[in-house]
Amino acid sequence: MTGPFAWFKWEALFKDWAIFKDGFLTTLTVSILGLALALILGIFFGVLSVSKIKIFKFISRVYVEFIQNTPLVIQAIFLYNGLPLIANIVLPVKTIGVLAVGIYHGAYIAEVVRAGIMSINKGQLEAALSQGFNYWEAMRYIILPQARIVMLPPLTNQAVNLVKNTSVLAMIAGGDLMYRTDSWANEKLYYGPAYVLTGLLYLIICLPLATLAKRLEKVNFNNINRTEDEEMNIGCDKEATA
Amino acid sequence: MITLQNVNKHFGKLHVLKNINLEVKSGEKLVVIGPSGSGKSTLIRCMNYLEEPSSGKIIVDGVDLTAKKAPITKVRQSVAMVFQGFNLYPHKTVLENLTLAPIKIQGIPKSETEKTAMEYLDKVGLKHKANAYPAQLSGGQQQRVAIARALNMHPKVILFDEPTSALDPEMIQEVLDVMVGLSHENITMVVVTHEMGFAREVADRVIFMDEGEIIEEGTPEHFFTNPTHERTKLFLSKILR
Repeated sequence: MTGPFAWFKWEALFKDWAIFKDGFLTTLTVSILGLALALILGIFFGVLSVSKIKIFKFISRVYVEFIQNTPLVIQAIFLYNGLPLIANIVLPVKTIGVLAVGIYHGAYIAEVVRAGIMSINKGQLEAALSQGFNYWEAMRYIILPQARIVMLPPLTNQAVNLVKNTSVLAMIAGGDLMYRTDSWANEKLYYGPAYVLTGLLYLIICLPLATLAKRLEKVNFNNINRTEDEEMNIGCDKEATA
Repeated sequence: MITLQNVNKHFGKLHVLKNINLEVKSGEKLVVIGPSGSGKSTLIRCMNYLEEPSSGKIIVDGVDLTAKKAPITKVRQSVAMVFQGFNLYPHKTVLENLTLAPIKIQGIPKSETEKTAMEYLDKVGLKHKANAYPAQLSGGQQQRVAIARALNMHPKVILFDEPTSALDPEMIQEVLDVMVGLSHENITMVVVTHEMGFAREVADRVIFMDEGEIIEEGTPEHFFTNPTHERTKLFLSKILR
């Protein structure tokens, strides 16, 4: 039997499985570290963007707009080709991968965090401040735990997209799953099995992430109802007495 | 305990507080009354610096809050506030609402602050609700929890910003009862309210505000029997029917 999915092509693929395993592990590592960086940047700039201080807001705005409105590929190429030229900084490719997806998705997560914080009644921050929490403590103990419920679905979106976007490393010889697949397929010319397997491997990372988030959403369902009920009561009462 | 000197506050073009001078003594029960928009909420919110004055000095417990790098978060730990909208933390149980700040901010051991928390919950009659969530309580119960939360900081001052204005009529009394009980203790209270019965019973001094100014001040007797100012008379005649 011949054709794009002929059996001997699958055999060749499984014989070289170590190549794909390496790529898979690289992608997994870059994804995990990238997600950690994206969350840190996202929370930091998200909280900054709701600050009363204008310069903080502005800095956050610049970061978000600049990163969201340029392609990830260009950003990765800049880190790979641009930094050595401009600043004489040569980074390992995996580091570039982590930085690229971390910074890129950090900008989106900052927007998610901003929207989450804005959804929480202003009185919550005032109550926290009046008790002697400083701004960051108030965010950490009072605001973000409540906002988490609102933020979770869009955050999962970002996490899944981040995993898929690590494939940008293929453009700069990053040794990730996509790169390994490309080079193996181009060498053997057995494209069919290679890309099917690769697709499945990405699915193996992303699907559990999405499932986990669904589950967390359900756990928090009662929480959401409780929170919204209370906010609504307060809102109505305030209007009634205004 | 609290001193305001020439305090002004502008919101854009709006001049909300006009050259306010006020001194609240330690242990004093001060009630602030006045029509809506007279600046009384802004005034009380200046006292813990939730509102930053445009000019003037605010000195609380010997600390000038308007000074550069004033230890505001430190001062706020001894100046508790009870809000119109309760502002309990909905993701925490009643008990956790009372213990969160003492544990995280004041560094009090959990077991110790939980013990005092239960005492204060008992005091406001809600010991049995310690493990409930705020949304499972009525408005009056939430506000009583908020008072217990304020008390568990062991504050020197409690600021009440229209604590009963968001409540159904039948729940107002239970909150006022708790506040009257508190007034027998040596704690400084500043209360913005429309509850004239409460003012008469509890206040050492009443101030009447209108359009950002303190129009009249005096003892409750003076206020409710013999107000001097025309605007005070008008306001009281409307509210004391």
